[in-house]
Amino acid sequence: MQLTLFLIFGALAVAGAINLLVQRHPIYSALSLVTVMGALAVEYLLLGAEFIAFVQIIVYAGAIMVLFVFVIMVLNAGEVIDQPRSRIAAFLGLPILTLLAIELISRVYGDFGATTLAMGSPMVQTGPIGQSLFHEFLLPFEVTSVLFLVGVLGAVVLAARREKPQVVAATRQQHDQEKAMAAAQR
Amino acid sequence: MTTTTFFLLSLVKCLVVLFILLTAVAYIQLAERKIVGRMQARVGPTRVGPFGLLQPAADAVKFILKEDVTPDGAHKFLYVLAPILAVVLALLSVTVIPVGGTVQLFGVHTALQLTDIDVGLLLILAVTSMGVYGVVLAGWSSNSKYSLLGSLRGGSQMISYELSLGLALIGPIMLAGTLSLRGMVEAQRHLHWFIFPQIVGFFIYLTAAFAETNRIPFDLPEAEGELGAGYHTEYSAMKFAMFFLAEYVNMITVSCVATLVFLGGWMGPLFGPVWLMAILPTLYFLIKVSFFLFLYIWVRGTLPRFRYDQLMSFGWKVLVPLALANVMVTSLVIALK
Repeated sequence: MQLTLFLIFGALAVAGAINLLVQRHPIYSALSLVTVMGALAVEYLLLGAEFIAFVQIIVYAGAIMVLFVFVIMVLNAGEVIDQPRSRIAAFLGLPILTLLAIELISRVYGDFGATTLAMGSPMVQTGPIGQSLFHEFLLPFEVTSVLFLVGVLGAVVLAARREKPQVVAATRQQHDQEKAMAAAQR
Repeated sequence: MTTTTFFLLSLVKCLVVLFILLTAVAYIQLAERKIVGRMQARVGPTRVGPFGLLQPAADAVKFILKEDVTPDGAHKFLYVLAPILAVVLALLSVTVIPVGGTVQLFGVHTALQLTDIDVGLLLILAVTSMGVYGVVLAGWSSNSKYSLLGSLRGGSQMISYELSLGLALIGPIMLAGTLSLRGMVEAQRHLHWFIFPQIVGFFIYLTAAFAETNRIPFDLPEAEGELGAGYHTEYSAMKFAMFFLAEYVNMITVSCVATLVFLGGWMGPLFGPVWLMAILPTLYFLIKVSFFLFLYIWVRGTLPRFRYDQLMSFGWKVLVPLALANVMVTSLVIALK
């Protein structure tokens, strides 16, 4: 039964990912990505990682993708118009795809190096996750949070930056000129 | 327990919970009309059945028989998907809510809960965070300015207040040391209700919950005076009924969580014969939940609506800092103990 569930949701994730690329409207692409996230969360559940599964939904589907959908709505983005094909993509696409496939296959049939989890392994308690996060991996955790802080500060700086006075003056001048021309025409 | 009994038991439990929930929604809505009516010196619905008790049935028939309109230029797929999403997500969070201890019925020992997962509270938060999609997609797909404005308001409001909702729950989580709702109630035995040490958290949770369910005084997404009916302006018949259902189920869910996390769930004095001892916990639970539901109606009959900028600045500048301070003080006290 676990294998069946794994296959169903694995297929759903792959289908969502393909749909993301195929769809022409950005909102459908964003929603396909939400589907992928949800399907992945179920796969985590099957591996016994309850905490990760729900955090995955809260963070990716509930926070990040909601922002994506929001931006698409506010900008009122329409369907994507066909762009001329990129030359770089034409030259590098196939080699990179081959490389990726080789890597994947070697991973699947090779030695993982890390420990693997069996499907349907018992649920991992949340307590131990917190323990390892705040004891063993405290430094990476804190560094990551500083990284986020930098990102937030960057966003604030970008949002709060005023237009340079010269630029404003230039636009105003242009505006006045246009006005004068319109008046002259009248 | 064999797989077959497990499936049968789960199926029966799901059906029972669904039936009780839908009936509860119907009668909460009737109670709301009656109580708000009384508050405004009216009598509310009285015509259908004795004391208007059959009104919900009449409403249901009306919803089913109404014409189902899809506006011109709507994104058909998303327009249909949005109400379904709203209702499914609302029902999903009910699965982890325990309504009492364990009982023995017909020789099967079972907990009064659909499923007791270790991270029940996280599931509820995850489902609430997904609930934004129902509102946002409904407004965007129905090709109407009122709907779009309503859904933009609803989306940003829900995202903002979700934060304080989650932060307010961290205090009780730290005190109980578990994310399981059942474990949380067990930690509040002997009147150690978390409302006493977490009174600040309780009020933050309550405020955020009102905003999260789009109810007065935070009902800006559907402010009928300004936006028609907000994000569900263009919806009719059963699709509208689904939004309606989702809103009331969400109200029940947040009331249940408030009861379980702050008011000790089904804990209360046990006395009398065995059958009474068995019923009492669930009765206590229902009384506490009804109190919160009454509070919703009471507030609706009393308070005016916030202005949008007031709502946003209150959420970000008052509730979030307060919730963060609450988390810090609580963890300090726990660390010093």
